[in-house]
Amino acid sequence: MVETGHFALVLAFALSLVQMLVPLVGARTGNRRLMAVGGPVAVTGFALTALSFTALATAYAGSDFSVASVWENSHSLQPMIYKITGTWGNHEGSMLLWVLILTFFGALVAAFGGNLPATLKANVLAVQGMIGAAFFLFILTTSNPFIRLNPAPIEGRDLNPILQDLGLAIHPPLLYLGYVGFSICFSFSVAALIEGRIDASWARWVRPWTLVAWMFLTGGIAMGSYWAYYELGWGGFWFWDPVENASFMPWLAGTALLHSAIVMEKRSALKIWTLLLAILTFSLSLLGTFLVRSGVLTSVHAFATDPARGVFILCILTLFIGGSLALFALRASTLTAGGLFHPISREGALVLNNLFLTTATATVLVGTLYPLALEAITGGKISVGAPFFDLTFGPLMLPLLAIVPFGPLLAWKRGDVLAASQRLMAAFAVALAAVLVTGLFIDGASVFAALGVGLAVWLVAGALTDLAVKSGAGSAAPAVMLRRFAGLPRSVLGTALAHLGLGLTLLGIVATLCFGTEKILTMRAGETVEISGHTLRFEGLFPQKGPNFTEDRGRFLLISDGNADGQITSAKRFYPVRQMVTTESGISTLGLSQLYLSLGDEGKDGSVVVRLWWKPLVTLIWGGGLVMMAGAALSLLDRRLRVGAPSRRRKPAAAAVPVGPT
Amino acid sequence: MTRKQKRLSVIIAGLAFLGAAAGLTFYALGQKASYFYMPADLAAATVQPGQRIRLGGLVEKGTVVRGQGATVGFSVTDEQKSVKVTYTGILPDLFREGQGVITEGAFGPDGVFIADSVLAKHDERYMPKEVADGLKAKGVWQESKSQ
Repeated sequence: MVETGHFALVLAFALSLVQMLVPLVGARTGNRRLMAVGGPVAVTGFALTALSFTALATAYAGSDFSVASVWENSHSLQPMIYKITGTWGNHEGSMLLWVLILTFFGALVAAFGGNLPATLKANVLAVQGMIGAAFFLFILTTSNPFIRLNPAPIEGRDLNPILQDLGLAIHPPLLYLGYVGFSICFSFSVAALIEGRIDASWARWVRPWTLVAWMFLTGGIAMGSYWAYYELGWGGFWFWDPVENASFMPWLAGTALLHSAIVMEKRSALKIWTLLLAILTFSLSLLGTFLVRSGVLTSVHAFATDPARGVFILCILTLFIGGSLALFALRASTLTAGGLFHPISREGALVLNNLFLTTATATVLVGTLYPLALEAITGGKISVGAPFFDLTFGPLMLPLLAIVPFGPLLAWKRGDVLAASQRLMAAFAVALAAVLVTGLFIDGASVFAALGVGLAVWLVAGALTDLAVKSGAGSAAPAVMLRRFAGLPRSVLGTALAHLGLGLTLLGIVATLCFGTEKILTMRAGETVEISGHTLRFEGLFPQKGPNFTEDRGRFLLISDGNADGQITSAKRFYPVRQMVTTESGISTLGLSQLYLSLGDEGKDGSVVVRLWWKPLVTLIWGGGLVMMAGAALSLLDRRLRVGAPSRRRKPAAAAVPVGPT
Repeated sequence: MTRKQKRLSVIIAGLAFLGAAAGLTFYALGQKASYFYMPADLAAATVQPGQRIRLGGLVEKGTVVRGQGATVGFSVTDEQKSVKVTYTGILPDLFREGQGVITEGAFGPDGVFIADSVLAKHDERYMPKEVADGLKAKGVWQESKSQ
């Protein structure tokens, strides 16, 4: 099975070479047969990659330690779920997952791209094939997961205990679906540049892919944040770690792309900008892959450091980013500019959104790369952390968030800020009330905290206002409103839901940072501690044995009003194979808030260091992310974006498109 | 507005944004970035009490003292010089004597480094990159430590 997987991988590489060359030549010479090769090859390439991945997963599931990668990252005593997720809990396997998802997206274009102009489809698949070829070559030459060991070891070296968690089953696949999903937008852009032609149907194709990728990336980042929050035991949800930034930058650029693609689709303006953003977004995904996988950063994500890999990915990075930008510089001027609009209009608001988001992306990029550049040039080592990003990213984000509710209420072409403001009066009043209530009635609320809560409420109320206005609030009877609400385009609902989710996330962040409390103390069995109105009694440490670890489990009784109201356990785990200790934090969710407890070292006198946090509304941080995902999903269900829908519309209009299918 | 004016206004707005962002970034890099030092580097550098830095090295053997409550004292060494550090909180799971560590904080007036965060290795195989590089530069690196 392992050799089958290895062989399938080599075949998939060979097919990716065919996929990158044959359709491209076909599109250039106008040979339909050559162009048609792309589709079946892409689907077969995906099938082979899937076979290869299955072979590796089988080796992991069956603890086949004759495979070097399995030996290094698995153990026969691990629970089955971690044996399987361990497939991508290492460098080689995670790269295989990367190309699996890449070929999956390529196969989707091949399968559902029947209504695309033949040359565009051929070019898209060819670019997709190029990316595939580069990464297949990378895997085969520097990170082959199928290397055998002879003689085979009897036992494996265990998966990094930090990764032995359900988070590994969810976070990387979601993140990669997002990261790699942007490759489709990239391929469409490069294909448009190769053809020198771009129209609204192009945007209609690119927007759903952007939505899909953005949705998964949002989920991947939110899940990664929650995982780090409960697994690391530090109680933080975002550390501005370069590895986190690596996924955040494509998200910011992707958010900008999502918005500019709307302008392009509806008004066929901002074509060139949208194209550039699509290229930049995937370039940032590639940069993220480089930062995380090359070993320039030491982190839990850099499974192993091997300079050859770094250099190889750097070459891929240079080739694709440099190549696509050079092509852009050469061909962008041949694309026709789009429609005109007044600065104060929906388009204008979306341009402003793009300006804010791209500059914010740039500051994150500088903060992430500057320490690396400085070290390479002067040898000086600095760390750029939260204080830097608070000062740069913060001031750029706050005004953007403040103007979000205006955007959807402005008309296309020429909007009326005054009318939009009048409609937002109620939302503004609610937000103002939130500021006053927070400032006056919550103890220890700073001005910033009150304004932060107000901003979050403003976002939520603004999103609801948008829906109310579009359902005809104020002018129509409730029954009519309800009917209109039900008839609203799904994309309008999706927009409102995504903006609402953003508000919820912000509310969670502000509440946790400004109203959270923290205590560090030593406790003996039987002692109690109070935090933000909750009393905890330490019951003691109880040793337990897991499948591949032993642990000291600290049990805490949660007492409210004198009655036991639940239990929190936090444990120190010892994994003997890697001689590694991990902390399992104890979390109790009370409403939307959480009580978070982390166990420290045991003293000689039997006392234990305990770190306790009260985190009000903290679950909203990730809950807001889920709402944003739901918004994206709802938008995807919009009639005009549904896969297949463009064909029904485009056929009658085909005559109007200058170079339609002939 | 004509196409030309529109384009010009977008470009000007874009430049204004970039300018503002660049200004903020330079200011923040000057003020908020914390530099990394090994104990022996501190003699040559002028680090004021209260200035945030990252201090890295090995946790000197036999220096870890558990004090009052959750406060821990230990020394960070690069086998040439060592610096006393105090930290209140939970030490990372991989914090051990003789192992690489990075602490972040500032010197108090008495010359003791008051750390507010302590980072140890990410897993049993790797030492923080800064510490490994620093030790290599000082010639006290032994390859066996990386394993």
